[in-house]
Amino acid sequence: MSTQLTTQFNAQLPAQLAQIAQERILILDGAMGTMIQAYQFSESDYRGEQFADWHCDVKGNNDLLAMTQPDTIRTIHEQYLEAGCDIIETNTFNATTIAMADYDMQDIAKDINLAAARLARQAADKYSTPDKPRFVAGVLGPTNRTASISPDVNDPGKRNVSFDELVVAYEESTHALLDGGADIIMLETIFDTLNAKAAAFAVENVFEQRGERYPVMVSGTITDASGRTLSGQTTEAFYHSMRHLSPLAMGLNCALGPDLLRQYVNELSTVADCLVSAHPNAGLPNEFGEYDMDATEMAEHIQEWAQSGLVNIVGGCCGSTPEHIAAIAQAVQKFAPRKVPNLPTKMRLSGLEPFVH
Amino acid sequence: MSQAASSFINIGERTNVTGSAMFKRLILEEDYETALEVAKQQVENGAQIIDINMDEAMLDSEAAMVRFLNLIASEPDISRVPIMIDSSKWSVIEAGLKCVQGKSVVNSISLKEGKEPFIAQAKLIKRYGAATVVMAFDETGQADTVERKFDICERSYRILVDEVGFPPEDIIFDPNIFAVATGIEEHNNYAVDFIEATRKIRQELPYAHVSGGLSNISFSFRGNNPVREAMHSVFLYHAIKAGMDMAIVNAGQLEVYDEIPKELRDAVEDVILNRHDQATDNLLELAPKYQGDGKAAKVEDLAWRELPVNKRLEHGLVKGITDFIIEDTEEARLAAEKPLHVIEGPLMDGMNVVGDLFGEGKMFLPQVVKSARVMKKAVGHLQPFIEDEKDGKASSNGKILMATVKGDVHDIGKNIVGVVLQCNNFEVIDLGVMVSCAKILQVAKDENVDMIGLSGLITPSLDEMVYVAKEMQRNGFDLPLLIGGATTSKAHTAVKIEQNYDHPVVYVSNASRAVGVCQKLISATQRPIFHEQLQKEYAVVRDQHARKTPRTKPITLAQARDNKFTCDWAQAPITTPKKLGVHSVSVSLATLREYIDWTPFFLTWSLAGKYPRILEDEVVGKEATELFKDAQAMLDHLCDNELLTAKGVYGVFAANSVDDDIHITNTDGEVVVAHHLRQQTHKPKGANYCLSDYIAPVDSQRQDYIGAFAVTAGIGEDELSAAYLADGDDYNSIMVKALADRLAEAFAEYLHQQVRIEGWGYAADETLDNESLIRELYQGIRPAPGYAACPEHTEKQLIWDLLEAEARTGMQLTESYAMWPGAAVSGWYFAHPDARYFAVAQIQADQVTDYTARKGWDDQTAQMWLGPNING
Repeated sequence: MSTQLTTQFNAQLPAQLAQIAQERILILDGAMGTMIQAYQFSESDYRGEQFADWHCDVKGNNDLLAMTQPDTIRTIHEQYLEAGCDIIETNTFNATTIAMADYDMQDIAKDINLAAARLARQAADKYSTPDKPRFVAGVLGPTNRTASISPDVNDPGKRNVSFDELVVAYEESTHALLDGGADIIMLETIFDTLNAKAAAFAVENVFEQRGERYPVMVSGTITDASGRTLSGQTTEAFYHSMRHLSPLAMGLNCALGPDLLRQYVNELSTVADCLVSAHPNAGLPNEFGEYDMDATEMAEHIQEWAQSGLVNIVGGCCGSTPEHIAAIAQAVQKFAPRKVPNLPTKMRLSGLEPFVH
Repeated sequence: MSQAASSFINIGERTNVTGSAMFKRLILEEDYETALEVAKQQVENGAQIIDINMDEAMLDSEAAMVRFLNLIASEPDISRVPIMIDSSKWSVIEAGLKCVQGKSVVNSISLKEGKEPFIAQAKLIKRYGAATVVMAFDETGQADTVERKFDICERSYRILVDEVGFPPEDIIFDPNIFAVATGIEEHNNYAVDFIEATRKIRQELPYAHVSGGLSNISFSFRGNNPVREAMHSVFLYHAIKAGMDMAIVNAGQLEVYDEIPKELRDAVEDVILNRHDQATDNLLELAPKYQGDGKAAKVEDLAWRELPVNKRLEHGLVKGITDFIIEDTEEARLAAEKPLHVIEGPLMDGMNVVGDLFGEGKMFLPQVVKSARVMKKAVGHLQPFIEDEKDGKASSNGKILMATVKGDVHDIGKNIVGVVLQCNNFEVIDLGVMVSCAKILQVAKDENVDMIGLSGLITPSLDEMVYVAKEMQRNGFDLPLLIGGATTSKAHTAVKIEQNYDHPVVYVSNASRAVGVCQKLISATQRPIFHEQLQKEYAVVRDQHARKTPRTKPITLAQARDNKFTCDWAQAPITTPKKLGVHSVSVSLATLREYIDWTPFFLTWSLAGKYPRILEDEVVGKEATELFKDAQAMLDHLCDNELLTAKGVYGVFAANSVDDDIHITNTDGEVVVAHHLRQQTHKPKGANYCLSDYIAPVDSQRQDYIGAFAVTAGIGEDELSAAYLADGDDYNSIMVKALADRLAEAFAEYLHQQVRIEGWGYAADETLDNESLIRELYQGIRPAPGYAACPEHTEKQLIWDLLEAEARTGMQLTESYAMWPGAAVSGWYFAHPDARYFAVAQIQADQVTDYTARKGWDDQTAQMWLGPNING
C-alpha cells in the first residue's frame, strides 16, 4: 500500500554534513517516547481510524502514531527544531518486522517507516534554511531480540533471532526510511553488537541496491557501570566491530545520564577516527520511573564535554525535552567540535575486548 | 602477560578438528562442554586469537561451527579474544561470520577458484566486518617458490586494496608452510622459500601481515616431538626475523631456540635454511638420539656439596648457583613432612639471608636477581607435589599486581622490582607491558591483590597513571598504589596522582626501596601510620611545588624569538649531503658492541659509577666486574647465535626553517613540517634556543639539510627475554633487555658517525675513539623527540613517515609514541657546527597556543602532549 513517492538522493549531502561538522558541534534532538507519554493517549487514540478494528491491543506502540496521530509526532519534531536541532530522528525505534510482531503488525512496519520519515522530512524542510539546514536521521532500533544472547538459561547456544532474519527486517526498514526522505541512517541504542552488524550489513546492501551511499550514524549503549554493552563488549571493542561501516559518526546513547556516560564518551573520543556523538538520558530514572535531571544540569555536563573536546554531535535520549535540547545547544555553541584524530594504520580486531596489532 | 606490544601473535590451534584429535573426538561426541574448556585453556595460556575449524567429513561443519560459536559467545573468558573462523568451505565461513559480534578473522580465501569468487568473498568479508587470511594459492595451484608465493600475494593484495577497497592492514598472507626433510630434493628449500617470501611481502606490501600453520614444517618427523619442536622453534626464529608476525601454534610446546642442544640446533638449522645437501641425512641420523630429552648435565664436585642439605640450599640461593638446586630440593622434599615445608623452611630461610644481605648493602641487585632464579627453579620443582597434596599454597607476605601502563613498552625497571619483591616473599602478578587500566583493575579484583604497582618510562605514561588512580577512586578501590619508572617523580606523584585517590599512593624511587614500602603497606598496624606520614609528606611537596617561583623569569614567545640563536647564514658552512634520501642500515651485533657506553648499563642494575673505573670500585667493584663478565658472555652468545637483530634507517633531506618550524622535503618531493618548541625563560647571556635555529631560514636563500634516524637492536628481545623468564631465569631475562637497550644506543652512536663521515659527509675527516664519541666531541647533534630539546612525543610520527620506519625496520609507535621494540632510538640530525643540546623546559601559554595552532590540535590534545612542559 506504500505510494512510490521516492525523494531524490542528494549527492552533495555527505560532504555538506562533513563540512558543517568541521565548523561546529551538531545538535541532535531529544526523547520521543517520554514526550509522547505526556499526551497520555488512550487505546483508541493509538488505533486511530485506520486500526479501529485491529485484533489486539496496540496501546504503547508509539511508532504506530506516525500513522494514527501524525500531527502530534510532527509537533514534537517541530518543538525540537525550534529548540535548535540540526538533526531530528524519525519515530521508528521499533518499526521493524521483528519488533512490530509484538502487535502482530509486522506487515505494516514498512508503512510506519515511510510515514514517520515523511513527517520528519516535512518538519525539517519547514525549518531548513541555507544557513542552517536541518537533517533527518532515519532510525533503525535494536529490535527486541538479540542475536548473540540466548533467551534460555538452560541452553546458552540457543538464539531467538538469526543474523539473516535481522538483515531482511533491516533492509526493509532502511528502504522505507530512505523512500520517506531520510538524509542519514542511524543505528541506535545498540546493546547487542551482532544485531548492529546485521543492520550494517543490511544498510550496505540497500546502498548497493540503490547505488547511493548515505551517511550513517552508529550509537551503542553502555548498559551499566561495568562499562560494557549488554552483549559484553567494551566501548573500544564495540568501535572496532562497527568501524567497517565507515560511519559518519560513532556514539553512545541511552541507559546512563551524562555524569556516568562521560568516561565512555571520553574513551570513544580517543579511539574513534570518525565523528563522535552522544545523547545520554536525562539522568537515571527516579523511584517513579521519571527522569529528573533538569535542562540546566544536563547542559552543564554536556558543556564540559564540549569544552574538553570530546564530542561532535550531542543530543538527548530518555527524559530529555525540547527545553533540555535548547539548553544544550546554547551551552555548546561557543566550543569548537572535537578534532578527528589521525590514528596509525593497524589491524584492529575485537572479541569482547579490543585487540590491536 | 600482555602481548599487545609483542610483534608476534599466537593464534591458538587446539580448537581445530583437523589438527587436534582430542578436539575432533569431543565435537564428534557432541561434548561441547569439554570442547569449551579446550578453548578456555588456550586463552588462559596466552592465545591472543583462537582458530576454530570444524572441517571434518563426519560432521555437519556448518552446524558445528554455528553451535560452537554461539556457545563461546556466552563464555566471556573465551569470547574476550577475537575469533579466527577457519574453513576451506566458504559456506562454513559465512555461517560463522553471522555468529560473532567482534571483529574476527577469516581463514582463508584465495585466488584458487579465480578472481571473481575471490572478489565476491572479499566484499562480503568486508561487509561482515572481518579481517582475512589470504593463502598463496591461485588458479594454477599452491605457490611453492619464493617468486610464486610473492607474485600471488602481490596480485591478491592489489585486487583487494585497489578493486575491493579492502583495508591493507586487515590482510594476513599465508604463503604456505610445507614439510622439509622429506627425502625429496625439491622440498629442501621450502622453508627458505617461505622465509624469503615473508621478507618480501613485509617489505613491499605495506601494512599486510604474514601468518602460517607451523606444524606442517616438521611433518616428516612425526613421533619424534623433541626434533619437531626444535624444527618449529628454529623455523619460527628465522621466519619472525623475516617479518612473520602471527602463527597458528601451540605456544606452550615451543622449545626455546636457545635451549636446543647445539648439535641438534645446528642440524635442524642446516635443514631449515637448506645449508647443504647432507642436511636431511644428518638430521635423520641424529634424530633417534633426541627421542628422549637428550640433554645431559655436567657435574662438578665442590667442597660446599659436603654441607647438610639446608646449608647447600642456602649456599645455592646466596651464590645464585642453579646446577644442583633440583637435586638438593628433592633431597629436602624427601626429608620433609610436606613439600610446602621445604619452601617455608630452608628455601625461605635462604631467601631471608639474601634479603638481609641486600638490605645491608652486602649483596647487589644482579646477585639478588640470580638468587631469584634459583628460588624459582626450586619452587617449580616442588609445585607439582604441593598440588598433588592439595595442601594449598605457601603463605606469602602479600600479593602485588605490577604493570607497565597502556601505551608504554618499557619494563626492565618493573621486572627488577618484581624480582626483588619476590625475593622478599611477595607474590607478584606481572601483567607485562601496555596494560589497559580496565585490565589492571579487573585482575586486581579477580586476584584479590594487596596492592598495585604501575611503571612507565615515557612522559605520556604519567597521564595514564593519573587516569588509573582516578579509576581506582571511581571504582571504590582501597588498595595502595605504587608509582615507579624513569619519568615518574615524587613531585608528579604528589601533585597529580595522590590527590585523586583517597588511599595510599607511594612514589617508589628504586627497587631496593620497594621492599620496605610494601612491607609497611601490607601491615595492618603500620599502614595507617605510613599513610598519614605519606599524606603529610606529599602535602609538603605540593606546597613547595605551588610556591616554587621560577628561578628565571618567563618571557613572551615574541621576546624569546627575538633572542633566538643565529649566525651569519651567508657564511655558514653547509655541506651538501653525499646521498639524499632514505637508506636502510643493518649492522652486526659484533660491530655494535664496540660502541657501547657501559656506564648506564651498570645504573640499570643499581650499580653507580663510571665505567671503567667502576670495575675497580671499593664497594661495588667486585660485583660490577662479575656483572660485566656475565654481560660479555651474554653478548658473545647473542653475537654468535645472532639472537637479536639490529635494524635501522636514516635519511637526509633538504630543509629550511620557518620560525620555529622546519620545512623538510620528503622523498616524494613534498614539503612536510617538523614543529619545535623554544626556550622561554629570561636569558641575560645566551640565546633562547629552538632546534629550528640550527637550520638556515627560508629567507637566508641558502639550501640547508636535516637528517633523521630510527634504529633498534631489539628485534627478538621480547621473545628471548620471555623465553628466559618462562624458564625461571629472571637474571638473563633482564640481562637481554638491558643489553638490547645498550646495543640500540650503540647503534645510534655508530650510525651517527657513519652519517657524519659517509652518508652526509659533513665531517668526512673525523677520527674519534669510543670514549670521545661518548663525550660527544663531534660536530652536530642528534636530539630525540620526547627528550629535552624536542620534548613533544608526537613528532616521532613525522620521523616514522619520512623514513618509512615501520616498513623498513618493523619498528612501531604505540598510541603514546613509545617505540617498539623497547630497545630503540630515534631522532633528528643537525649538522650545524654550533648545534648544542639544550632543554626546552617550561613554556608559557602564548607558546602553547602558537604550537597548538601549528600542529592543528585542539586544546585537550595540547594539554596531553605538552603537559610536562606546561606544568614545569
